[in-house]
Amino acid sequence: MSQFWSLYITIITIAVIAACYWIIRWTTKNRPNEAAEGDVTGHTWDDDLQEYNNPLPRWWLWLFYLTIVYAIVYLIFYPGLGSFEGKFRWTQTGQYQEEMAAADRDYAPLFAAFAKQEIPSLAKDAKAMRAAQNLFLNNCATCHGSDGGGAPGFPNLTDNDWIFGGEPAAIQQTILNGRNSIGMPAMAMGMPEPQLNQLVDYVRSLSNQPNINADSAGAGKALFASMCVSCHGADGKGNVAMGAPNLTDNIWLYGGSVETIKQTLTKGRKGVMPAHRDLLGEDKVHLLAAYVYGLSNK
Amino acid sequence: METQTSYNYKVVQQFSVMTVIWGVVGMLVGVIIAAQLIWPALNFDIPWLTYSRLRPLHTNAVIFAFGGSALFASSYYIVQRTCQVRLFCDKLAAFTFWGWNLVIVLAAITLPLGFTSGKEYAELEWPIDILIAVVWVAYAVVFFGTLMKRQVKHIYVANWFFGAFIITVAVLHIVNSAELPISLTKSYSAYAGTIDAMVQWWYGHNAVGFFLTAGFLGMMYYFIPKQVGRPIYSYRLSVVHFWTLIALYMWAGPHHLHYTALPEWGQNLGMVFSLMLLAPSWGGMINGIMTLSGAWHKLRSDPILKFLIVSLSFYGMSTFEGPMMSIKTVNALSHYTDWTIGHVHSGALGWVGLISMGCIYFLIPKVFNRDQMYSTKLIELHFWVATLGIVIYIASMWIAGVMQGLMWRAVNDDGTLTYSFVQSLKETYPYYMARLLGGVMYLGGMLIMAYNVLMTIQGKTAKTAAA
Repeated sequence: MSQFWSLYITIITIAVIAACYWIIRWTTKNRPNEAAEGDVTGHTWDDDLQEYNNPLPRWWLWLFYLTIVYAIVYLIFYPGLGSFEGKFRWTQTGQYQEEMAAADRDYAPLFAAFAKQEIPSLAKDAKAMRAAQNLFLNNCATCHGSDGGGAPGFPNLTDNDWIFGGEPAAIQQTILNGRNSIGMPAMAMGMPEPQLNQLVDYVRSLSNQPNINADSAGAGKALFASMCVSCHGADGKGNVAMGAPNLTDNIWLYGGSVETIKQTLTKGRKGVMPAHRDLLGEDKVHLLAAYVYGLSNK
Repeated sequence: METQTSYNYKVVQQFSVMTVIWGVVGMLVGVIIAAQLIWPALNFDIPWLTYSRLRPLHTNAVIFAFGGSALFASSYYIVQRTCQVRLFCDKLAAFTFWGWNLVIVLAAITLPLGFTSGKEYAELEWPIDILIAVVWVAYAVVFFGTLMKRQVKHIYVANWFFGAFIITVAVLHIVNSAELPISLTKSYSAYAGTIDAMVQWWYGHNAVGFFLTAGFLGMMYYFIPKQVGRPIYSYRLSVVHFWTLIALYMWAGPHHLHYTALPEWGQNLGMVFSLMLLAPSWGGMINGIMTLSGAWHKLRSDPILKFLIVSLSFYGMSTFEGPMMSIKTVNALSHYTDWTIGHVHSGALGWVGLISMGCIYFLIPKVFNRDQMYSTKLIELHFWVATLGIVIYIASMWIAGVMQGLMWRAVNDDGTLTYSFVQSLKETYPYYMARLLGGVMYLGGMLIMAYNVLMTIQGKTAKTAAA
C-alpha cells in the first residue's frame, strides 16, 4: 500500500471515530433557549407530531463510549489503520500457519506411521480406515459419493474397473498428482446420422448389450477401426496408460445408452481428477489410497 | 386545515396496494424455495423453477418490490403530511410508480430465465439497472422537490432518514452496478476480483443499512408517534443516532469478507465500525419504544401499534446480533451457516416486514378515505400468526446455524474432521421443516392482510359522508 493510501485510510478512520465522539458530546450539552428536559422542542408537524428534548439515556451513552474505546484499542493492536500492522502483528495467513503447524505437530506422527505400512495391509487396519473414511468423506465424496459409488462423469471406486489403473501405486499416483487425460475428443462431430448409429451399435455390441442390429454393428466396426482403436485398442479394451476406458465391460463413466454414447461421440468428454499432494500431503494421500484400494479389494 | 384532496394520495394508494401484492408474491416464492431445500424435486426439473433462479427472485421481490413499495408509499405520504404541501410533480410521481413496477415485472421475467449479473441483491442485468437508476432519480426529484416547497420551517426527522436513504441508494446502485454490457442480456462487472467483492459488499451491507434500515426508520418516526399520539421521546437522540448511523454503516461491508482475500486492514475496519454501529442502531429503537412511555396500555388494544413496537424489538435484536456476528471469532463460527439466514430474517420478517405491515394498515384507511380497516380482529390475527412464524423461523435457523458451525469444525483425535458436509445437511432437515412452517405462517398472515385490505378498499366499512 502506498503511503498516500495508508494515510488516507488512517485519517478518515480516525476522523469518523472522532466525529462520532464529537457529535455525542455536542448533543449532550445544553444550549441557551433550548427546551428543558421533559418539554417538547416547540416544533409541530402534521397537526400533532412533536418531539421531547429528553437527554440521551445514560446507559446508552456508555454503550456508545465503550464501543468507541474498543475500536481505538483494537486498531492499536490489530491492522486497520492503513499499512500500520498493529502491535500484535496479526495476519490471517499467520493465524492459519500457526493452526496448521499445531495440527501438524499433533497429528503428523500418526499419519507418518500409517504411511510406513504397505497399502494392502493398511487397507485392513480398522483404526487407519476410520481416519481414512473421514478424509474420504471430506475430500472425495463430493464427486465420488459417500460410498465411493461414483456418479455420471465421476468413476465408481468400488468396482474393479480402473481407468488409470487399480494397483496400489497407480491409485496413490492418481490421488497425489491428479489425472488430466487427453479426454474423449468429439470424434464423430458432424458425422451423418446413419454412420453414427452404426458406430454406436458397434460400441454397444462390444459389451454385449441387448437389442442391437447385427448388420448395423458390423458396418460400424470399420468406423471403429478407423477412428477409435488408437486409444481404445482394436479389441475395445481401452488403454490404462492413456486413460482410455475399457468399452467391453459394460461399466460406463458417462452412461451406455444410445443417446449418451451419441453425445460422447459427437461432443466429446473431458474429466479431471485434481491433484491432492499440496492439499493433503503424501502421508494422508497414502492413507486415502489404501481406503480406495480397500473399497474394491475387500 | 388543508383538505385531503390537496395531497397526492393516488400514488400512495397505488404503492400501498402493491406493497401487499408484492408481499404475497415475494413471500410465496420464499416458501417455495424453503420447501425446495427439503424436497429438491419441487423444481420439477424445470430450469425456471430451480432454486438458483428463484432465490434471487425471492430476495428481489421482498426487498425491492415489497419493501420498496412500502418505502415509496410511506415516504410519499409522510413527506406531504409533514411538509403540509402536495407532492412535487404528480406526473413524475406517477412515473416512479409505473417505472418501479416495470422494474419488478422485468425482474420476475428475467431472473427465472437465468439472466443475472451474479451480484447478490443486484442480480438484474444492465438495461434494468439503467431503468432503476432513472426511476430512482425521479424519486429523488419528487421527494426533495416536495421538501423544497414545504410550508413548515423545520424538516421532520422522518424526512432526514428518507432523504439519506434516497441519496445513498442512488450512489450504491450506480457504483455497484457499473458494468460492461456484451449483449442486451449479459454484462460484466467493471471491477475485478477482491475489489469486485468489496464493492459488492459495500453495496450489499448498505442496502441493508439504507434501504432496509434508514428508510424504515423514517416510517417508524412518523407512524409510531402518530399511532401512539405522543411526542417522539428525544430529539437529541434522533440527531445523534441519525448522523452516527449513516456515517458508520458505510464502513460495515467488509464484515461479509472475513478471512478472505480482502486485506486484513479492510476486514478489521469493517468489524470495528460494525461494532460501533450497535449504539446508533439502538438509538432508533429506544426513540421508538420510549415514545410509548406512559401509554403502554395502548399496546393491549391496538394491533397496529403491536406491529410497530414489536418490529422495533426485532430491530433491536438483529442490530445486536449483527455487530456480534461481525466479530471475527464469532464470524468464524457463523459464516456460511444458516445462522446468517436466521439473522437476516429476524431483520427482514421482524423489522422490515412488521413495520411495513403496521404502516400499510395505518395508511390504507387514510388514503382510501375509510374510517378504519375492515376488521381489527384480522389485524390482530395477522400480528400473532406473523410473530409466531418469525419466532419459529429464526429460532430454527439459529439452532441449525450454530449446529452446522460446530459440526464443520469438530475434529477427531486423529485430526480428521468428524463430520462431512452431507452429515451436517442431514441434521439440518428438521430445522428446514420448522423454517418452512414459520415461513408458511408468515405468508398466511400476509394473505389475511390482503383480504383485509381488499375488504377495506371495497368499502365494507365505508364512510357515509365524504370528507
